Amino acid sequence: MRKNTNWPATALIALGSILILFPLYMTVGIALKNPEEMAQSIFSLPTGLHFENFSNAIKATDFFHALQNSAVITIVSVGCILLTNSLVSYAIARNMNRRFFKLLYLYFVSAMFIPFQIIMLPVVKVTTALSMNNIPGLILLYIVYGLPFNVFVYVGYIRSIPLELEEAATVDGTSTWGTFWKIIFPLLGPISATIIILSSLSTWNDFLLPLILLADPSQYTLPLVQYVFQGQFSTDFNLAFASYLLALLPMIIVYLSAQKWIISGITQGAIK
Amino acid sequence: MAKRRIAYYLMTIPALLLFFAFHTFPALQGIFYSFTNWDGFSDGYSFVGLKNFINVFKDENVYNAYFFTFKYAIAATILINVISLLIALGLNAKIKAKNFFRSVYFLPNVLGVLIVGYIFNYLFSNAFTIWGEKLGSGFLSQNILGNPDWAWVGIVIVGVWQGIAYNTILYLAGLQTIPADLYEASSLDGASKWREFWSITFPMLAPFFTINMVLAMKGGLMIFDQIVALTGGGPGRSTQSIAHLIYTGGFTGGEFAYQSANAVIYFIVIVAISLFQIKVLQRREMDL
Repeated sequence: MRKNTNWPATALIALGSILILFPLYMTVGIALKNPEEMAQSIFSLPTGLHFENFSNAIKATDFFHALQNSAVITIVSVGCILLTNSLVSYAIARNMNRRFFKLLYLYFVSAMFIPFQIIMLPVVKVTTALSMNNIPGLILLYIVYGLPFNVFVYVGYIRSIPLELEEAATVDGTSTWGTFWKIIFPLLGPISATIIILSSLSTWNDFLLPLILLADPSQYTLPLVQYVFQGQFSTDFNLAFASYLLALLPMIIVYLSAQKWIISGITQGAIK
Repeated sequence: MAKRRIAYYLMTIPALLLFFAFHTFPALQGIFYSFTNWDGFSDGYSFVGLKNFINVFKDENVYNAYFFTFKYAIAATILINVISLLIALGLNAKIKAKNFFRSVYFLPNVLGVLIVGYIFNYLFSNAFTIWGEKLGSGFLSQNILGNPDWAWVGIVIVGVWQGIAYNTILYLAGLQTIPADLYEASSLDGASKWREFWSITFPMLAPFFTINMVLAMKGGLMIFDQIVALTGGGPGRSTQSIAHLIYTGGFTGGEFAYQSANAVIYFIVIVAISLFQIKVLQRREMDL
């Protein structure tokens, strides 16, 4: 029983999607116009295609430098999260009958309730005292702060993997480490994909932690650079929007090329 | 066997130590300083007992921040859930270009909140006002973010624009778990679409409803980036959120200890609300 296309629903969904796309259309349009075109109409399609806005924005904000900072922070953090948080979760998942590991699990998971604002002020004091108010320090914090959620998700997943697989390896004399890296870690693929997507998004787009932590402007991330240049942008909207678009573009490209993967990964993460 | 046990400890103890050092220890430090008068940079401080907490309860700025934050969180939570449920129903219907529309609706979720805020900041001040003028409305031709009574609505609009993406995807996933034969049975019984929604769809979505309400509420109560990008807490303090107050007072206002006390109370409030929400919504789930 195949029903025909529901046209009213299609029309409403299409109308709604205009509301979603409109701000993005405006962003692209303004980024490509010059002040004279803006004076005529800010809504119309750009006529001149002023790509010099982009080259100016790249120069003004040192875009590629900030892009590199954001990329390094995201890639290293997410890579380390993947390797370390899964290992911790494995040890916990296989020892839930022991009090230490059970308590450790509860300790990590209950930390999900703690709002960042309560540690925000002291953590700056701690990291400054340890000379960690820089990119390596920021990466370490992302890895550590990922633990509550990731342990929760990974432990649930690992416990559903049958023990027999590991027992065979144990009989062969493989160490616990070897068992994890050779047998368990490869089996974590689907859930690791979810963790990669969620951590990449939150790290890449994070504003607050870099804002309070990074002391040296040359280490600023893309969102932080937009914040710093906001004052200078206020007179030149075309430059500002070119800069916003550049800052949004890497994530838009990643999203467009891997959207199916991203959407299903995020759904998995939330249902867990 | 002992070797295996040692391996398991080696796998977890570094994480435990790091987590304690950079998460639990700062949290305890925050609680510790909330009983002092430390300003954040001087060498010395002294204990003041519960004075900070008493002052927090007397502070008009704190009440103001709580009022705004709750107003925002409740409005955004309700709107996000209603709208994203409607969109999910639409996307789940037999429509054309389903995958395309799904990608469009999810797109805002991958964009940085701060930058989206800056884009809307411009739209509110320079674009929507033009429409207001065309409509001949004095109210709509002014920047809503510049109006102390209405600026919060502008922030809700931005929060909802971005927030519906995530919840829509979750509701859509929920709708796809409902077996089709339930609908076939109800259409054989001659149930109306309206009846079908309330008797089948809504109850079957209950677990997704719970998680979406909790996540949207928690996100709303923590609002910070949008405030920085849209209003900076103004006009006056009309849109200052709790997180923004802790940030500005704690880092630039020399109120480290005082804002730590504020953060401790905020923490208790968030935990209480999350537990309350989960409890109430789960009970509802069982009743349905």
